[in-house]
Amino acid sequence: MLKSKMGSVPFLVWSIIFIMVPLGLVLWYSFTAKDTGEFTPENIFRIGNYSSIFLKSINLALIATVICLVLAYPFAWMLSRAEAHKQGIMMMLVMLPMWMNFLLRTYGWMTLIENEGIINKMFGFIGLGPFEMINTQGAVVLGMVYNYLPFMITPLHSVMVKIDRSTIEAAQDLGAGFWQVLFRVQLPLSLPGIISGITMVFVPSVSTFIISKMLGGGSNMLIGDLIEQQFLGSTYNPYLGSAISLILMVIMLLLMGIMNAFDDDEMQGMVM
Amino acid sequence: MKKWFNRIYMTLIYVFLFAPIVVLIVFSFNESKSRSNFTGFTFKWYKQLFSNELIMQSLWNTVLVAVVSSVFATLLGTLAAIGIYNLSRRKRAAMMNLVNIPVINPEIVTGVSMMVLFVFIANFFGIELGFWSVCCAHITFCVPYVIMNVMPKLRQMDISMYEAAQDLGCSPNRAFFKAVLPQILPGVFSGFLMAFTYSIDDFVITYFTSGASFPTLPTTIYAMTRMKVNPQINALSAIIFVVVLLFLVISNFCTNKERRKEEI
Repeated sequence: MLKSKMGSVPFLVWSIIFIMVPLGLVLWYSFTAKDTGEFTPENIFRIGNYSSIFLKSINLALIATVICLVLAYPFAWMLSRAEAHKQGIMMMLVMLPMWMNFLLRTYGWMTLIENEGIINKMFGFIGLGPFEMINTQGAVVLGMVYNYLPFMITPLHSVMVKIDRSTIEAAQDLGAGFWQVLFRVQLPLSLPGIISGITMVFVPSVSTFIISKMLGGGSNMLIGDLIEQQFLGSTYNPYLGSAISLILMVIMLLLMGIMNAFDDDEMQGMVM
Repeated sequence: MKKWFNRIYMTLIYVFLFAPIVVLIVFSFNESKSRSNFTGFTFKWYKQLFSNELIMQSLWNTVLVAVVSSVFATLLGTLAAIGIYNLSRRKRAAMMNLVNIPVINPEIVTGVSMMVLFVFIANFFGIELGFWSVCCAHITFCVPYVIMNVMPKLRQMDISMYEAAQDLGCSPNRAFFKAVLPQILPGVFSGFLMAFTYSIDDFVITYFTSGASFPTLPTTIYAMTRMKVNPQINALSAIIFVVVLLFLVISNFCTNKERRKEEI
């Protein structure tokens, strides 16, 4: 049984039916006319009308990714320098919120930032506000940062614990200042973590449709909302929805390719 | 100075991570429906929660799907891991690409692509989306996590044990169950747990594949957040948080115990 190659056959069959065939159907639908069922590239062309939604999604996801990186980097570094027995508990505390469904956590933020919410009340005590926070682009970015911050902290931390303290000390002994140590020692050594963190935050951010709906109100539609609308919403059109999904997938694959190439080059550079 | 800065910074991040959860839990005990004024202590939202038939039905559906799909995914994934382990290098790389598709692909794309297939099947047989489609979808996105957990255990495994068992007269199958399975079992188990938790927690893929008449807990929560203020959500959050916390503390305790045993 251990030597058998047949074990992978059921998985292969399963994957063909439930991964390859559905993706094939999406590809087929993308090039099918809604009314006549004939081949047409029109669905792809129609996406041009939604370019502003694409740009907005990519823009907000990029902002969220940068904020995550800036917040998580020092945090993960401090965590990786803490005593070993504390690190386990501290890391568990980072992951603990992730174990609750993200809908509930996002709902919690709705309560916090709504116009009559707790944060506005606190501003009221010191004579400020009320500020309009919910149903803005900022709220959508907040939701992304909140939900995906642990995805940035975890890979950073796992790379950083392997960075030897003496490497940093050596750089300092040789006269490097804070910024020099950061840019010439810490950052290059933690690059693999940064890259996987960026992908792990950017991919779900750019394709989310719940965060934008719950925190962004009706006016902040993203790619995910657009797809959802074509399949389950008012404007039922799975052909157009498939075409948008296809484009989203292509963008992601390109991004992954770029990220991987970047990662490999750096690795080779480091070995040399 | 630097130490204080570090402490304050880390505390702020933790406050950020836990703020919405704390607020949800505190207001689950609030007498009125207000989400910013605490007017008095009550358990009534918890009582309402447990008599809410839709939520109880959704909970049952969620657990049923999680058990069925994680058991099936564990079997399929463990078998697949063994099969992939025996493939030639090139075929193994091709298979691993297949394994990675549901992990890398945006969830919404996985969801809608499977929805298209299931609607196709449902129309063909004249049935509705429901338990079967959700289970198939969950198995599909859970299998990769099982494979990823079992693969490293197979690589670390001591193959000579398997050979020795056969030299001592075990049939290959018996040798597998006596000498191999115990070595990879921790990986199988952690793969199962991961599949189970991902299945319970999944919203996006379930949302697209469950149809109209098969609510799971996450889809019901979503429907509730779309409506007006409902403190039952807060009560539900508090219960889920306590369950998760207990689970983590117990599992942490068990692994610590295990480690101590190994050290001795």
